[in-house]
Amino acid sequence: MKTLRYILLRLLQAVPVLLGVSIVTFALMVATPGDPIRLLVGDRATPETIALIRDRYGLDDPILAQYVTYLRNLLQGDLGASLRYRVPVSQLIAQHYPVTLFLVIYTIVLTLPPVIALSVWSARRQSGVADQVIRLLGVVGLAVPVFWLALLFARFFGVTLGWFPVSGFGNSFGEHLLHLFLPALSTMIWVVPILVRNLRSALLDEMNRDYVLTGLSKGLGERQVFRTHVFPNSILPTLNLFAVIVAYLLGGSVIVETVYAVPGMGKLMVESILARDYFVVQGATLVFALTTILVMLAVDLLSTAIDPRLSP
Amino acid sequence: MRVSPMFLTGFSLVLVWGLIALAAPLLATHDPYAIDFEAILQAPGPAHWFGTDNVGRDTYSRVVFGARLALYIGLLGVIAPMLIGMTIGLLAGYFGGWVDTLAMRLLDITVPFPFFVLVLAIVAVLGPGIENYFIALALVGWVGYARLARAEAVVLRQAEFVLAARTMGFSHGYILLRHVLPNALSPIVVYMMTDVTLVILFGAALGFLGMGVSPPAAEWGVMIAEGQSYIATAWWISFFPGLAMVALGVGFALIGDGLARMLRIER
Repeated sequence: MKTLRYILLRLLQAVPVLLGVSIVTFALMVATPGDPIRLLVGDRATPETIALIRDRYGLDDPILAQYVTYLRNLLQGDLGASLRYRVPVSQLIAQHYPVTLFLVIYTIVLTLPPVIALSVWSARRQSGVADQVIRLLGVVGLAVPVFWLALLFARFFGVTLGWFPVSGFGNSFGEHLLHLFLPALSTMIWVVPILVRNLRSALLDEMNRDYVLTGLSKGLGERQVFRTHVFPNSILPTLNLFAVIVAYLLGGSVIVETVYAVPGMGKLMVESILARDYFVVQGATLVFALTTILVMLAVDLLSTAIDPRLSP
Repeated sequence: MRVSPMFLTGFSLVLVWGLIALAAPLLATHDPYAIDFEAILQAPGPAHWFGTDNVGRDTYSRVVFGARLALYIGLLGVIAPMLIGMTIGLLAGYFGGWVDTLAMRLLDITVPFPFFVLVLAIVAVLGPGIENYFIALALVGWVGYARLARAEAVVLRQAEFVLAARTMGFSHGYILLRHVLPNALSPIVVYMMTDVTLVILFGAALGFLGMGVSPPAAEWGVMIAEGQSYIATAWWISFFPGLAMVALGVGFALIGDGLARMLRIER
């Protein structure tokens, strides 16, 4: 019962953020130059048709009323229509979203083993050679342009070695894994350093706690203390970073999907920007933000499940 | 304070790039915009150190001139977000109350948007171009600075020297400028160095996607995009601009990392 109340509370707290996000995407639309409806219906539309559509989206109302209309349409899942494909934006998103979701989850799965190995390694030998090298790699990782790395990977692993396909998404689960391996690998380079840095400093924090001394003094081996006490306690601070990482990955997907011609949300967004397909751009931005909010919510709930002290 | 070797390396790297940018006309072996159909897609060699692209432009000279644009974008792009973020963060942390609440709610709203996606969306509305990228950065990039500045100001507000200054009758503005700001500055400067790297990267990514600096400018992102179709045969067109970007980005990132250690912000 208490848990349920907590979940409801968190959901309620997300409402103002959701409203704020909708204001931002609404503002994007208002700031767009030109008349989107004129673009939507084309030049041959009669004034009556235009008036009808303007009325439907409430474009002649005062700005506040326009926002209310926008919000009402949103709640009904109406994100407007694509000027390019002449289909509802929600339909386009439904087609492209699973691909990006697959890519993000795939990247995370590939990211975890090296992150854990590298941060444990560098934290246990603080300021040792490994620690310095890993730190330096982190600095380089920060500076590498993802789209450039993606191109080089495509050239080397795709063209020269021929190990992986360099574009598309494939048709089966196995093909997805194969097609998205290089995109996931390229994005990884970006996230691994950030995560390693955080997990490492969390590990270092925990290693200086009193319970470590207690463990050692009652005769537990250093390894044992690390595995059963230090490591589990370091997971939580890193978990909090997870939502930020997902946001990073979604941002990275925009670039990587373009390079590898992966038919996901990122590619959809870039193409829509270039084609001035404003409703799609707006809808995609909104969906990206909603995804991050959901992940943030999930992380919060998971954190309290792991450490009940966090719930009020 | 011991100067960290990381900081020194980074500083030297950035210095070298600064000199390259200043002396670009002297260092370049060719006109970066000169089209030469006699020398199309030539591999790196004595005549063209980094090879030539599909219209015979000298990649080396273009990379050298690209340093100007990269530094211009990186150094100019962080100023507005830094000033805006620092002001909002310091005010929010120092005064607390409704100022703080308002600033925090603003932060909450920007957090869910992936940084690059929001920048893209704003550039999409304003139109492509570097000025619009700067505007987008100012609208979105202040968040990180605000969070850091606020965290510092919240602590400093209760510091004894601030309380002492208050009892001596100094104004809030004077205290903020003379006592709170200088003491809050170090994490902000460290963050700024990393931010320069990111601003350069995202600027180039915009150029790559066709929404930043427009061709035929000698901008590294644009150059990488131009080489994309030739990556299988003429890899050098894309390879060298990217390498230059890594070298410059690493410089700023090393400065940030070294500073963080020297100022004891991070172990």
